[in-house]
Amino acid sequence: MIVAEKKPIEEIAEEVKEFNKILITGCNECVTVCEAGGKKEVAVLASTLRMYFMNQGKDLTIDEITLERQCDHEYLEEIRNVIDQYDAVISLACGVGVQFTAEKYLRTPVFPGVNTCFMGVSEERGVWSERCQGCGQCMLGKTAGICPISRCAKRLLNGPCGGSTQGKCEISKDLDCAWQLIIDRLDELGRMGDYEEIIPIKDWSTERAGGPRKVVREDVKI
Amino acid sequence: MRLHYPSNIKIVKIPCTGKVDLIHLLRAMEKGADGVYVVGCLEGACQFISGNISARKRVEQAQEILESIGIGGERIQMYNLSSSEAPLFAQVATEMTEKIKEMGPNPIRLAMKKKAA
Repeated sequence: MIVAEKKPIEEIAEEVKEFNKILITGCNECVTVCEAGGKKEVAVLASTLRMYFMNQGKDLTIDEITLERQCDHEYLEEIRNVIDQYDAVISLACGVGVQFTAEKYLRTPVFPGVNTCFMGVSEERGVWSERCQGCGQCMLGKTAGICPISRCAKRLLNGPCGGSTQGKCEISKDLDCAWQLIIDRLDELGRMGDYEEIIPIKDWSTERAGGPRKVVREDVKI
Repeated sequence: MRLHYPSNIKIVKIPCTGKVDLIHLLRAMEKGADGVYVVGCLEGACQFISGNISARKRVEQAQEILESIGIGGERIQMYNLSSSEAPLFAQVATEMTEKIKEMGPNPIRLAMKKKAA
């Protein structure tokens, strides 16, 4: 899922201090799982902002709504009838949701309430780590399900560098060397033959480096 | 045991402090309470295993939030005691009341009063 982190309250308050009627929109998907922008976080942010502004003597209305997702038309349409009542929207969805809301409702300024970080997993409650960078050419089949693009600091494709020590990356002793993990896993699977195969130079054009991307499925378009 | 404790305290009974969520603590302050304290079972003795641990984490979150917006994080506290420790309950009630009296009224309540006037 997409992992995001709450923005500091001071930053959000600064963004919206000139408005009088604000709608905070949450998202029921990824940001709920990483406890940054779900229904509970929307309620907490609304309460916090109300108290913050009341303490400064400013009277304003803050309403709350949590949509199923903010990256699909049908869910964002749910606020079409009410959005014109508001001077501004704070969206706690990931960057995708904030942008889609802004694209749909051109007359209302939309502000982000979270910092979107990466695509990752929930390792345990409160700990999320990166697993995928959306390179567009998945090679996980060759590397025992461990991604060298997102988990190797140098994004190497054919084994560890000289900095790999005791299974840790040279940039931080808390970071596992992705290639050590790959080799260990291939060994356990009895597929060390995969390690011997040289992976050729990667075509980076499918990655973000090739420009903003789009996927079109002619077979499903109506 | 007919012990005395301050009368300005409103008790909200819950089955386990694990039921207290962050928003409950914040809403109480938003509506003008001068302070909130959560009294739960001794750590390790929670009937529902770790409800009181969750409550403590949420109390700490609430303290951080209130501190960051200038209301005062000390207004929210958590105490752990056994349900049979009545004198300690009375003592905690007094301690909390003294602490809040020292801190003064909730600025939100003052702002609400001003607005109504």
